[in-house]
Amino acid sequence: MSSCSGGCAKTGCAKTGCANTGVDRRGLLRTAGAFAATLLAPGVTLYAFGARDAQARPAGEPASANVRWGMLIDLNKCKPGCNACVTACNEENGLKSSGRPEIDAQWIRKVTLRNAATGVIQEAPVMCQHCENPPCVDVCPTGASFKRADGIVLVDKHICIGCRYCMMACPFKARSFVHEEHDDQKVNAPRGKGTVEGCTLCVDRIDAGRKPACVEACAREGGAMIFGDLNDPESEISKKLRQLPTTKLRADLAVAPAVTYANL
Amino acid sequence: MRALRNIFAATLFLVGAAVLSLASAARAEDGAGRTPAPHPPRAQGEHCVADTAFMRRNHMLMMFDHRKEAVHQGVRTPQFSLAGCVSCHAVKGEDGKPVSFASEKHFCRSCHSYAAVQIDCFECHASRPEAPKQAVDAGGADIDKLAAYLRETKQ
Repeated sequence: MSSCSGGCAKTGCAKTGCANTGVDRRGLLRTAGAFAATLLAPGVTLYAFGARDAQARPAGEPASANVRWGMLIDLNKCKPGCNACVTACNEENGLKSSGRPEIDAQWIRKVTLRNAATGVIQEAPVMCQHCENPPCVDVCPTGASFKRADGIVLVDKHICIGCRYCMMACPFKARSFVHEEHDDQKVNAPRGKGTVEGCTLCVDRIDAGRKPACVEACAREGGAMIFGDLNDPESEISKKLRQLPTTKLRADLAVAPAVTYANL
Repeated sequence: MRALRNIFAATLFLVGAAVLSLASAARAEDGAGRTPAPHPPRAQGEHCVADTAFMRRNHMLMMFDHRKEAVHQGVRTPQFSLAGCVSCHAVKGEDGKPVSFASEKHFCRSCHSYAAVQIDCFECHASRPEAPKQAVDAGGADIDKLAAYLRETKQ
């Protein structure tokens, strides 16, 4: 390296230029490896403590429209047969089987997709897509179905009358009706008979600066799910969205989901 | 003269009634009288988020306001959350665990049953605080699983 002249002394960019001036191949590779590791390290730091990826708001401050929470699911990393996100969701929100699967609530489900022409099979987790223009909100007669300022689509069960119109309107079958009485709800997920419910994007976790339970569980299993702020161009999700080929479910409906699928 | 006597009788009656009602009120305070009075159990901690008289009259309005802010705007001030009420006012049953709304001992029920005011809160919300012991158990199970996994991978 000392034989290098000019600007190549400090930066790694000119190392290839140095190769023919006496630096051996092994040394060069070692340097390149170290460089990659330092590149990765800020990425990890950003993931763990990133500015807008997961930041707790002060307790008295309302959700802001400057943030738009979204999710990116890379189907290449979504393992077939893995159910970690579904299990984590059920555990987090206290969704237990009633013994009658046809009436059990499903906030997130694994869907198997088969391309009829090629026979290629993929699996995808599908939950509430937290649409920009949510049809469930359009049809709700009481205003119980609503979109929060930061883009999370929720049901206010205090005013839900259980008419299930939103379930009809949702193109993703993302909402469930609670058919039976419960007395063992989780503190963070109130749910009761006669109301409609669906994925809340773990709104209480988001308000506390944490990630949704499914995303946390997925990170342990392969990291197919990335959660973050779509409005922040520097967030991990925004960067990934610029890199990967992505699809929105039922893009023809122009409901603009906040959940995006990569490599579908 | 007769009118004067009537007025005297009426005054006597009123005074008597007042004395009687005072006595019965005192008895209700004791809880030992014929009329059963509610005895909400004491909560943990030194004091509530507001003084007792204010809470008795206005707790429902406070919760009503807070629920709108919490659900629609995500303002989760812990001071006014229902989870906070349930946590501080948890009453332990015979098994040492907090009782649910199904039990007559439950803090909310102790008054609401008396006043015959039906509340729907606990049809959806948890009526007892989450047991912290469960998390420890789960942690233990996880550690066992991790140990088993490590043994497997070592072999």
